[in-house]
Amino acid sequence: MKSLKLFGLSAIAAITVLTGCKPKGTENAVSGDAAEKVYVAPGKYDEFYNFVSGGFNGQVNVYGLPSGRLLKVLPVFAQNPENGYGYSEETKPMLQTSHGFIPWDDQHHLSLSQTNGEVDGRWLFANANNTPRVARLDLKTFKTVEILELPNSAGNHSSPFLTENTEYVVAGTRFAVPTDDKNGDVPINTMKENFKGVLSFIGINKDSGDMDLSFQIEAPGINFDLSHAGKGKSTDWFFFSCYNSEKANTLLEVNASQNDKDFIMAVNWKKAAELVKAGKGRKVQTEYAHNKFDEKTHTATSTMKKEVTVLSVEDMKEAMYLIPCPKSPHGCDVDPTGEYIIGSGKLAALIPVFSFDKIQKAIADKAFSGDYDGVTVIKYEAALHGEVQKPGLGPLHTEFDGKGNAYTSMFVSSEVVKWNIKDLKVLDRQPTFYSVGHLMIPGGDSKKPFGKYLVAYNKITKDRYLPTGPELAQSAQLYDISGDKMKLLLDFPTFGEPHYAQACPGDLISKNQVKFFKIAENQHPYATKGEAESKVVREGNKVHVYMTSIRSHFAPDNIEGIRVGDEVYFHVTNLEQDWDVPHGFAIKGAQNAELLIMPGETCTLLWKPLKAGMYPMYCTDFCSALHQEMQGYVRVSPAGSSTPLIYSLNNKKDNAQGPVKQGETK
Amino acid sequence: MKSLKTLAFAAVTLALLSCGGDKKDSIPTASSETSATTETTASSSSPSSYDPKRGLGPHENVDVSKFDPAMAAAGKKIAEVKCTSCHKPTEEKLVGPGWKGVTTRQTPEWIMNFISNPDPMIAVDPELQKQLELCLVRMPNQGLNDTEAREVLEYMREIDGAK
Repeated sequence: MKSLKLFGLSAIAAITVLTGCKPKGTENAVSGDAAEKVYVAPGKYDEFYNFVSGGFNGQVNVYGLPSGRLLKVLPVFAQNPENGYGYSEETKPMLQTSHGFIPWDDQHHLSLSQTNGEVDGRWLFANANNTPRVARLDLKTFKTVEILELPNSAGNHSSPFLTENTEYVVAGTRFAVPTDDKNGDVPINTMKENFKGVLSFIGINKDSGDMDLSFQIEAPGINFDLSHAGKGKSTDWFFFSCYNSEKANTLLEVNASQNDKDFIMAVNWKKAAELVKAGKGRKVQTEYAHNKFDEKTHTATSTMKKEVTVLSVEDMKEAMYLIPCPKSPHGCDVDPTGEYIIGSGKLAALIPVFSFDKIQKAIADKAFSGDYDGVTVIKYEAALHGEVQKPGLGPLHTEFDGKGNAYTSMFVSSEVVKWNIKDLKVLDRQPTFYSVGHLMIPGGDSKKPFGKYLVAYNKITKDRYLPTGPELAQSAQLYDISGDKMKLLLDFPTFGEPHYAQACPGDLISKNQVKFFKIAENQHPYATKGEAESKVVREGNKVHVYMTSIRSHFAPDNIEGIRVGDEVYFHVTNLEQDWDVPHGFAIKGAQNAELLIMPGETCTLLWKPLKAGMYPMYCTDFCSALHQEMQGYVRVSPAGSSTPLIYSLNNKKDNAQGPVKQGETK
Repeated sequence: MKSLKTLAFAAVTLALLSCGGDKKDSIPTASSETSATTETTASSSSPSSYDPKRGLGPHENVDVSKFDPAMAAAGKKIAEVKCTSCHKPTEEKLVGPGWKGVTTRQTPEWIMNFISNPDPMIAVDPELQKQLELCLVRMPNQGLNDTEAREVLEYMREIDGAK
C-alpha cells in the first residue's frame, strides 16, 4: 500500500465501492473442486516453491503451491533474532553499508536466476528499496550469501531484474538524486539541474554467482519504477518504466501526473558493456559496501568499494531510447517471445503493448519525435503494437502463461484480467479480494512459463480473515489458469507485505539441498572440532569460549571467572552431522539474540554481562528427549575480582574425561 | 458455505482413501537420502527379515583378521570429533554406553552398519531398542563414510585389546 500512495484516493474509492456493494462471488467465486486442487496430503510435497517478497519486513517468505503453506521466512535485509542473522558476529557484516549498520529494509522484488531464459533454481536475487542494495540467496542452503550496496542511487525499486542468462542484475534508482561525486547539499528546487536517475548493472559470475557492480548509466533525473530484460530476439535490451518526467520534487501525487505520457526506456546493455570495455565512462569516486558470506568459514566479510564507472547520456547515444508510455507506467513486462513489451500505465484506462521489431525499425528509420534531456524519443505510434482497450482500472503488472496470453493486475478495479497478446482482446476477468498489487505465474516472466497457477498479491484484506486489530495481514490468492477461465482456488494471509514473487517447480531446488555442513570442512577460526578441543581463553577483557553442542549437552557447560566488563564471545560449534539437528544457544541477559547453529556450523554470540551473579545458558531448539537438560551456568564476578577462570563438563571428582580445567590467559 | 465445507471434507476423504494403497512408494528405503526422519524409517523394514548379527546396511564380511594400529589411530581422531561427546572408552555410560567390550558383543558388520546409519537399525534391532529405553537419546547419524566407519571400528577393537 505504502508504495502506491499515488493511488490513495482512488484506492479508498475502490474500497468504498467494494464494501458498499460486494463483488459477486466472495463466496460463490470458488468452484466445487477447489479444495481438492489445493489439498496436499500430509507428508507430500507441494508442486512449486513460491518465493514472496516481504515488503516492509525486509525478509523473503517461502510458500508451497498449491497449498499456500508457509515453508520458511528467510532473513535478508532484516535482523532475525530467531536464528541470530544480523546479530551473530559472523552475520553482522552482511548488513553493513556506507551509512553504517542498517538492520532493516523494504524488500520489494525477487528474481530467480535463469539459464537460456529459463528458471534454473540456483540463486534468488532480492532488492532493498530503501538503502539501495541487492542481495543474492543461495538456494542450496536458503541463506543470504551476498549483499551489494548501490552508489549514486536512492530507492532501489526497479530491481533485481536479470538478463536471460543471469549475466546482469539491474537496479534503477526510484528517486533522482545528485550523484555521489557531486555536492548533494543543494536546494531541493534545483532538482532539474542537479538530479540524475542512475541505472546500475551488476555483473554476475556464472559459476559462483558473485556480484560485481560492472557499470552504471547516468540517465535523466526521472524516477525509474520497474524493469524487465528482453529475451530471445530482444535479449540485448533492458526496458525500464519511468514516471515523473515532470521532474516534480513535491506533491508528486498531483505534480508527477501532469504529462499525458511518461516513458519506457530501452537500454542496449550489451552495447553499454562494450562501451565500458572500450574505456568510455567516467570514474566516480564513492563508497559502497560489498558483503559476502563464506560457507567454509561460516563468516561474512564487508568490503567498502571506492569507485564505479558511469556512462553518460552522450556515451549511450546509440544505445538508449525513450518510448512514450501513457500515464505514469508502473509494470514493464516482456512476453516469453521477447517481441512484446507491456507498459502498464497505472493511471491509464488502456494498456499499451510495444513491439520489439517495430522499435528496431523505428530506430533504423529514425522515427523520432525529439529528445528528452539528450535521450532520443521514439514516436509512440512507431513503437506501438496496439492498446488493450478498457482492460480495467489501474493496470499494474503483467505475467504470461506461455500460451499467448497475458494476465494483468488491476489495482483500482481490484481484478485480474486475462487478454490475448496478439489481438489484444480481453478474454476473462476475475475479482481479487482486495486491491491486487503484483501477480505471479510460476516462470511467468521467463521464456518458459510453467503456467497452471496464478497468484494475486493483495494489498487490502478487510473482511477476509478473523480480524486482528487495526493492522491486518495482506493476502495471496491462488487461481487455476489451466482452462479458458481463471478459477479462484484459495487465499491465504501473507507474512509482511508481498510485492513481486517468483515460483518454480520443487525439484529444481529440492534436489540440490545442503543437509548439513561437513565438520571436517569447517574453516571457522574459532571452530571446536571435538569436545577435547573446547576451552576458554581470556585476552584482556575479551573472553573466547570454544564450545561444542551435541545431543544433548554443551562442552563446557560450567564456566567461572567471567567478570563484569568482560566481552564474552561464545563460539558454538554444532558437532552433529545429520539433517535437521540444529542446536540453539541462549544466555540470560543477552542484549542481541539467540543463535541457531546448523549441524557442522560455528556461530558466535557476543555477551556482555552487566551484573555479577549466576547466569544460565541453554539450548533453544528442541533437540532430543533430553533437550531440557541441555543447559549450564556461567558465573560472573564483579569487575576486577580474582575468581579463577575455570571451565568444565561433567566435573565429578573421579571423572578423568571431564576434569575442571584452567582457562588460558593471553 | 456449508455445501462448500462438505465438498472440502469429501475431497480430503477421497484424497486420503486414494493414498491408502500406495504405501510402498510413499516410504523411502533405508538407504535413501530422504530417510532421515525417524517416523518413515521406523517401518522401512520388517522385523522378520532382520538379521540381528549383521544389522542393516551395506557392510558384510568385514575382515578383522589383522589389527592395523594406523587405522585405529585415525579412528581415534574421528571419534574425538564425532563420538566421544557421548561415549567413553571405558565401560561407563555417559549419554550412550561405554565402548569397552562392544566388539565382543557385536559383530564387525553390525557395528559398521550401525555407526554409518543408525536410524534404520534403531527401528528394528532388539538390542538397540533396549538401549534407547535406557539412554532416551537416539544415536545421531554423524555422517561417517565407509573408510571412517572402518577406522572407528579399528579403534574400538584397540580398546578391546586387539593387537
